[in-house]
Amino acid sequence: MKCQRCPKQATLHITEVLGDERFEEVHLCEDCAKKYLYEPQQKKNAKQGVTATSEVEEDTPAGARCPSCGMTFLEFRNHGRFGCAHDYDAFKPDLLPLMESVHGDTKHAGKIPRRAPRTATTQAELAQLRHRLQTLIDEEKYEEAARTRDRIKELETS
Amino acid sequence: MNLDTLLPNLGEWLRGTGPESDVVVSTRIRLARNLADYPFTGRATPAQKTEIVSRVKEAISRVELPFKLDYHDVPSMPVLDRQFLVERQLISRELAAVLEGPRGVAFDAKESASVMVNEEDHLRLQVLRSGFALDDAWSDIDKLDDSLESRLAYAFHTQFGYLTACPTNVGTGLRGSVMLHLPALGLTKQIDKVFRALQKINLAVRGLHGEGSRAFGDLYQISNQVTLGKSEQKILGEIKEVILTILQYERQARAVLLKERRQAEQDRVARALGTLGSATMITAEETMELLSVVRLGIHLRLIDDVPATAVNQLFIQTQAAHLQKLVGHPLDGEERNAARAKYLKARLRELGSQR
Repeated sequence: MKCQRCPKQATLHITEVLGDERFEEVHLCEDCAKKYLYEPQQKKNAKQGVTATSEVEEDTPAGARCPSCGMTFLEFRNHGRFGCAHDYDAFKPDLLPLMESVHGDTKHAGKIPRRAPRTATTQAELAQLRHRLQTLIDEEKYEEAARTRDRIKELETS
Repeated sequence: MNLDTLLPNLGEWLRGTGPESDVVVSTRIRLARNLADYPFTGRATPAQKTEIVSRVKEAISRVELPFKLDYHDVPSMPVLDRQFLVERQLISRELAAVLEGPRGVAFDAKESASVMVNEEDHLRLQVLRSGFALDDAWSDIDKLDDSLESRLAYAFHTQFGYLTACPTNVGTGLRGSVMLHLPALGLTKQIDKVFRALQKINLAVRGLHGEGSRAFGDLYQISNQVTLGKSEQKILGEIKEVILTILQYERQARAVLLKERRQAEQDRVARALGTLGSATMITAEETMELLSVVRLGIHLRLIDDVPATAVNQLFIQTQAAHLQKLVGHPLDGEERNAARAKYLKARLRELGSQR
């Protein structure tokens, strides 16, 4: 069976429960299915009058841009995939309604990494140092750049 | 490890034992995790992916677990071997054939735990169990996760939890899937009851790792959709509750079958075995359908000379890549159907002579 959205072979067969014993079968390839799986949530919301996604389009054409990986919110919307972990903060205002519609919630309530508190600060410092390293190289301050690089290595291996 | 050594084994998920194994084939939990210092796989450069692989390999080689995980590089792996691992549920189709660049999988000899590297997320941890065993699977994967986390800095957000490439996985990064064999609900056209039970809590239904239509072999995978805002225990608890309801429906339907049309079912099982044992050409789909009938026959005690594990063995060994490995050379579609029929005939004759 062919995918309903592209010429590839359909490998996922999803049955949507529409309520009142109404069902809809969708046959998709893996790629299209992944996109599909978070689409319908938006459709459902549109019906309920939550217009989180359209607001973004009207207000900011490309939306926010992640300072770390350069991805824009629009790019994320089109691909359905984030570029890096920092996107979650960069797009946060737009993400909250999306999370609400996909998960019905916006706050993690599960497991927390045991060493989370330490890594959080280390990661912030690492991000800062990396940024500084690039600036130092651009400014041709190589001696200080070398020291910064060593500090990054130290933090990475600790 | 030579992958051929896995060939005669059933792997954990087809062991055919475990709680409620008359209806529940297997339980799987996966966790999506990413390293804090790199872009997600989709945006990582080949050099970064290589670094991710070496960091994860290093961490995996040091995990203190009751089992040892062996790493296998995917790009250098023959296509047939990749498909073989897909059929054994150790890697995704994506990791096997869609994604590019440095990537791989580590798994244990029992095939109960696997870690995919550079899939959609840097890490995809998976634990497989035979039968209905969400609690055991969670306890195993939780330990594996802790152990890796002590050596790798995960991307974690105080509000959003474990950060993933796709927002549908964020939070716990957890997907719990239970594979059910529901032939009686299919036969009595009550399978809609299952979907109604799922409606309650937003669970997804899929066929066996996407293969074929959802009805193939009456196998269904039930899994959670929501990953954010609920604890792992709560997510698993909700799946458990629904599975118990479906179990009840399927068992009721089986009881009705036995009561109202025992003779007809007996006949159906005998015919299925007859076709499996005498066909000279047979597709994977037809094999799955017929094995489903035999499997039901075993659990309804309509036949007692075919063990449930034999059905699972036939089920896995007749899939395309397994068959080609058994034969020892590549086969095209028609040749596969002939080889499949030949294998089934030989194996069933063997079982018959043991009677």
